[in-house]
Amino acid sequence: MPQHETGGAPGAPAHEVRDFLRRRSEQIAQRWADEPLFRTVFTVSREEAVEAGRAVVDALARVADSRRVEDPDAAGFSAVREQLARMGAARSRAGLSAAQVSSELAALLPPVDRLLVADLERERPERLRECSTALTVLMGTLRLVAMQTALSEIQALTDRQRLQLLEVATPVIKLWDGIVAVPLIGTLDSARSQVVMETLLNAVVDQHARFAILDITGVPTVDSLVAQHLMQTVDAVRLLGAECVVSGIRPAIAQTIVHLGLDLGTVKTRAGLADALGHCLDELGANIVAAAPGGADRR
Amino acid sequence: MDTAAGVEARLPIRSDMDLVWVRQHVRHAAAKLGFSLVDQTKLVTAASELARNTLVHGGGGQMETAQVTTGGNGGLRLTFSDSGPGIPDLDRALSDGYTSGGGLGMGLGGARRLVHDFTVETVPGSGTSVRVTSWVSRPPRLREDV
Repeated sequence: MPQHETGGAPGAPAHEVRDFLRRRSEQIAQRWADEPLFRTVFTVSREEAVEAGRAVVDALARVADSRRVEDPDAAGFSAVREQLARMGAARSRAGLSAAQVSSELAALLPPVDRLLVADLERERPERLRECSTALTVLMGTLRLVAMQTALSEIQALTDRQRLQLLEVATPVIKLWDGIVAVPLIGTLDSARSQVVMETLLNAVVDQHARFAILDITGVPTVDSLVAQHLMQTVDAVRLLGAECVVSGIRPAIAQTIVHLGLDLGTVKTRAGLADALGHCLDELGANIVAAAPGGADRR
Repeated sequence: MDTAAGVEARLPIRSDMDLVWVRQHVRHAAAKLGFSLVDQTKLVTAASELARNTLVHGGGGQMETAQVTTGGNGGLRLTFSDSGPGIPDLDRALSDGYTSGGGLGMGLGGARRLVHDFTVETVPGSGTSVRVTSWVSRPPRLREDV
């Protein structure tokens, strides 16, 4: 097989495809503008869809020029990566599954291939086949790039949400002078409980709290690891000279803890947050009494 | 009765995030089969303990869930399997307070008390499989060893 990089009478099929794409850029963009992928994403005007199609054809021609039709990392794709991501995201928002978006991308090939076949009808059959294959591979790579971009967006979103969850779910609330509370929500794994412990201990010190309430109403499962984290937090709070009360223990959780054989005897517990607050207020000597009739109530 | 969908599954256990998935799946499956809230909570807690064992001691593995029936009574069977080092002394591992991983040592024994049937198969050097079953409406049997 001759390995001519330049010159030779019939150039590489990829270069034939490149020339074809540049020559037919306008027609391809016009045809794509009628395909669902472009038509439904660019709704402002048809011209906008054609413009977007032209950008994709340009990128494909650049990739064909570098003869890396099978390489999703080819430099030519970088110009349309963002646009492909936007298109994919728009179709997902419209309720399409990844497979449906993928098949819409696949539907871009036939109109281009028909143009190519018409253009090269005078060529030898095997030449036409080579070029058609190069185009098919190139369009397949485009599809891969679009799906890759969509996947990495989802990955980035998941990572951000994981961090958000860690941050959002641990507010320390001051309920009274000397009483702070943390409502725990969700899964209490090691990373979360570390964050909870740090924020709670800091709050106890900053606010000179004598009582800290850990409310586990929002923790769906209390297994031995969660219990261990709770006990460690209680111990650490105690070291600071404050008392820790665990509240929000639902009946089902209470029964499970007993069957599991966990000994929470050293931990002060209350059924609800209100009970825990009442206990702390009692200990502080702060009594809440109903307003005397006709006193503060002025109506 | 078409409850098999959403109950039968095979979930990987490779990270802490997978444990969340395991718990949620067991909770949904148990709710679908008509487990009471207390029984759901017990089974989910047992699954959480066993899945963590699979992850921490077995180096990761998987959980399989299956719907089982006997005498018109439905139940949920969970099988946790790993190909880790196995449990060298099973009796000791089942006793409360014994731990090899820095935990409270209540996981395996505690999980056994939370379910109706509990079997462990372990081969030192080639892995462990823990199979637990809970029934929707059978009163829990009294165990001689508790």
